[in-house]
Amino acid sequence: MNIYVVMKRTFDTEEKVEINDGIIDEEGAEFVINPYDEYAIEEAIVLKEAHGGEITVVTVGNEDAEKELRTALAMGADQAVLLDTEDLDGEIDHYTISEMLSAFFQDKEYDIILGGNVAVDDGAGQVAPRLAEKLEINQLTTITKLDIDGESAYIERDVEGDVEIVEANLPLLVTCQQGLNEPRYPSLPGIMKAKKKPLETLDLDDLDLDEDDLEAKTRTVDRFLPPEKDAGKRLEGEPHEQVQELMSLLKNEAKVI
Amino acid sequence: MDFELTREQRMIRDMVRDFAETEVAPIADEVDRNDRFPKETFEKMGSLGLLGLPISEKYGGAGADTISYALAVEEIGKACGGTGLSYAASVSLGAGPLANFGTEKQKETFLVPIAKGDTLGSFGLTEPNAGSDAGGTKTTAVLKGDRYVINGEKCWITNASYAQAVTITAVNGQKKNGKNIISAFIVPTDSPGFKITSPYEKMGVRGSNTTELVLNDVEVPKENILGDPDKGFGQFLHTLDGGRISIGALAVGIAEAAYQKALAYANERKQFGENIGKFQAIQFKLADMAMEIDLARTSVHKAAWLKDQNRPFKKEAAYAKLFSSEMATRVCNQALQIHGGYGYMREFGIERMLRDTKLMEIGEGTSEIQRMVIAREIGCF
Repeated sequence: MNIYVVMKRTFDTEEKVEINDGIIDEEGAEFVINPYDEYAIEEAIVLKEAHGGEITVVTVGNEDAEKELRTALAMGADQAVLLDTEDLDGEIDHYTISEMLSAFFQDKEYDIILGGNVAVDDGAGQVAPRLAEKLEINQLTTITKLDIDGESAYIERDVEGDVEIVEANLPLLVTCQQGLNEPRYPSLPGIMKAKKKPLETLDLDDLDLDEDDLEAKTRTVDRFLPPEKDAGKRLEGEPHEQVQELMSLLKNEAKVI
Repeated sequence: MDFELTREQRMIRDMVRDFAETEVAPIADEVDRNDRFPKETFEKMGSLGLLGLPISEKYGGAGADTISYALAVEEIGKACGGTGLSYAASVSLGAGPLANFGTEKQKETFLVPIAKGDTLGSFGLTEPNAGSDAGGTKTTAVLKGDRYVINGEKCWITNASYAQAVTITAVNGQKKNGKNIISAFIVPTDSPGFKITSPYEKMGVRGSNTTELVLNDVEVPKENILGDPDKGFGQFLHTLDGGRISIGALAVGIAEAAYQKALAYANERKQFGENIGKFQAIQFKLADMAMEIDLARTSVHKAAWLKDQNRPFKKEAAYAKLFSSEMATRVCNQALQIHGGYGYMREFGIERMLRDTKLMEIGEGTSEIQRMVIAREIGCF
C-alpha cells in the first residue's frame, strides 16, 4: 500500500503563545506535530502493520519542520518530504499549501492520503479537502474509524457528535478526528533510526511551480489573543430570585434575549 | 562553542517529557504514599527503549549519547523523583559496569536484558559499615575450585528486587601492603543463599525499590568476576563518575518541577490584595531558583558533553552532582516556603519533592565525598 500523510508543524497551543504586532513570537513558542496529524501518522502506521506498504510523510514549510518530520519517521514512517517555502516571499495561506501539495502528488501513486481534521493553530481544516479536490479523488473528513479491505474503505465519521458510516473506494483522502486512535510515542530505537531514513527537500523548481502561481488568496489583517475573561458574577438569593435576576441580566445587560 | 541541543537530543527530550507527563506524573503521589515500585512504568519505559538509552545498539540499547540520557533522567525526575532514581540506578550503576568492563559473554547474558527492559540493573556496593569508605567492605569472595563463594551483607541497594542479577563488590584477597583487593561479581538473584528484602521506611524516593541483600555461601562461576581481578575497586570509580551526572540531572528535574509549581502559585495566590508574585520577597526567591536551576543544568550538560567526547570528566561530574543536589534542596525548600501552609500539605506535592531531593545529596557519593573528589582533582594532597 502506498500511504501518504500530509502533516503540519504548529506551535504548541498548550504552551504559552505570545503575539507581538500581529505576529506570533516563534522564539518563545514550542513547536509540535499538529495533534490531529499525529492521529493521521498513527493510523498510517496501523495500516502499514495490517497491509504492508510504505509511509511517506509530507509537509510544507521551512527547514525547522525537519524536527517534526524526523519525529514522524521515529514513530514509524518510512520517508519524509519537505516542500520548502523558502523561495516564497509573500504570505502563505491554505491555497498556497494545497497547490504545493497537489503539485507534489501529480506524479505519485497513492492508495490513501491521511491528514488531520484541522490544525490547532488556525483551525481552518482547508488544506486536505482542497488537495483531494485538486487530485479529483474521494475525500472523507473527521473520520473516527477506518478499515480497508482490498479497494474499499469502511469508515466511521464524526458528524457533529453523531456517527456516519460510509464506504468509499480507494484512492482516498481522509482527515482524522480525535478518537480514531491513540498515537504512539516515538521509541528510542525509532528516534535513533530516524536519522538514517530518507528526508527529501523539494523547492519550487523541483515541483515545477512558479511563485506567482502560489500567491495567497487571503490576507491576514490582524492576529490577537482572546480578551481575558472578567471575573464571573455570582447570583444571590432563593432559586426563583436568581432566575429572575439572570433573566433581567440576559435581557438588559447582555442583551441576548 | 554551541549550546544548542541537536535535533535528536530535542526529540528524545520531547518524547520522554511527553511520556513522563502522561504516564509517570499522574501516579507519582500514589507511588509515594504507598511506597510502591511502579513496575508498570518500567515495563512501558522498556518497550520505548528508555532503559537502554545510552547502551550500544550492539547490546540491545539505543546508542544515544550521555546528554540525551541526562535530558531523559531530568524529565522523568521532574515527574517523579523515585521513578527517576530507579531509572538512573538501572542505567548508570546497573548497566554501566557491565557495559564498561563486561566480557562479551557477560554482556550477552546480563547487559542485553537490561538494555531491552526485560530486567532492571542493580549495583551492590554499600554495606552497613562501608559507605563512603568503600575500602571498609566486609563482604568476601573466596575462590573454591572454579566457583567464588560470597558471604556478606549489603544495604540500600536500588532495584535488586526487580533485577536478574546484582553486581556486588566483595573483598577478594589482600595486596602485598595488606590492603584489601575489592572486586565486583555478577550475582544472579535466584542463586541459593541470596536473600533480598526491602525492609526500609524511606523519607523520600519511595517509588524506588531499595533493598537489603544477605549473601550466605552464595556460589557464582569463576567467570562471573567483572573487570580485571587485579585492578580492584579503582576501575569502578569511573562508573560512579558517570552515575553522578545522572544524579545531577535528576536533582535538576526535581528542582524544575518545584520551581514551576512555585512560580504558578506565586502568580495566582493573593495576599494583601495582590498576587504574592508581585512582592520582591517572593520574586527574589523565584529569580534565585530560576538562575540556580539553569546553572545546575549547564553543569550537568557540560559533564555529559565531556564524557561524550571521551575526555576526563571526574571533576565536572562531581561539580554537577554536588551543585545540582544542594541547589535542588534549596529550591524545593524555597518552593515549599512560597506555598506557605499549603506547601506543607501533602496534596500540593512540594513536600514530596523536598523529601525526594534530599537523597540526591546522599546517594552515589555524599556531598562531602564530592568535595573530597574535587579537592583531589584540583591538587589538594
